[in-house]
Amino acid sequence: MILFKKIRLGNKFLLIVLTVYALMAFWDLNLVWEGLVKTLFIFFKLIPILLLVLLVMFLINKYFKVDKVEKYLGVDSGWKGWFYAVISGILISGPPYILFPLLKDLKQKGMKNSLIAVFLYNRNVKIPFLPVMIYYFGLAFTVVISCYIILFSILNGLLIAFFVDSKKQ
Amino acid sequence: MKNKQALLRSLNLFKTSLPIMIGVLLLVNLVNPIFQKFYPVIFSGNFGVDSFFGALAGSISFGIPVTSFVVGGELIEQGVSLVAVAAFILAWSTVGVAMLPLEILNLGKKFAVVRNLICFIFSILIAILTVITLNFINIL
Repeated sequence: MILFKKIRLGNKFLLIVLTVYALMAFWDLNLVWEGLVKTLFIFFKLIPILLLVLLVMFLINKYFKVDKVEKYLGVDSGWKGWFYAVISGILISGPPYILFPLLKDLKQKGMKNSLIAVFLYNRNVKIPFLPVMIYYFGLAFTVVISCYIILFSILNGLLIAFFVDSKKQ
Repeated sequence: MKNKQALLRSLNLFKTSLPIMIGVLLLVNLVNPIFQKFYPVIFSGNFGVDSFFGALAGSISFGIPVTSFVVGGELIEQGVSLVAVAAFILAWSTVGVAMLPLEILNLGKKFAVVRNLICFIFSILIAILTVITLNFINIL
């Protein structure tokens, strides 16, 4: 039990799924076998795209400095802050357990809740993941949905400003 | 950022995300054959209902967005509508039920709850608008 607690969340999840597979094998071996084969097939098909994702992530991490965010999203950021919130939301990658503490820190330094909401919403438009989206849903879908996400991120920020920021003042 | 640092950071994200991605894929491929016959009943082609259920499923899921694309692609192959899948992938990365306690802890209860509610509604709206726009483009 102690050993299980020490395992990372992702590995823990995979372990649970594999246990489900092992248990299901007693009920329907054919179903489990087909599930395994299909997963392996999809995964191998995805390897070239995942390598492309890794390359783009590497380039963004190399050339985009997270500490610049503080300068552009601070208390006096004005309308430019909205623009930078969109751009940094698209460019900065990372799991929520890394981003939330970073945003908490920025909030303490004066970042508005509305800009945090804009930043978080634009995490949907992840440049490294776009090739995968295009591969599955096509270029037109990817372009249309990305444009709507950026537009609605601003609306999201305005609503947060109305419901959260304005009530605090 | 230096090359090594940038590469390590990217690899680290991959290292933590890959088991979840494989796990979700395994789960989908196990569950799909069982529930496949129910998909036409749940996802009837109604924009509102389909996108609502898609957003609901996305809200309780977690992992890097790329996983949702892979799962979404598989669901479309199984006959689930595009509007449902669009709402699913949107809610996957904007509505974080699993991450809500962490968001509350860092950014405050009111912010987290209001933001997640708005994002849930937006997932439905954007999914519907995207499909309508794509249909319009196809007509042109």
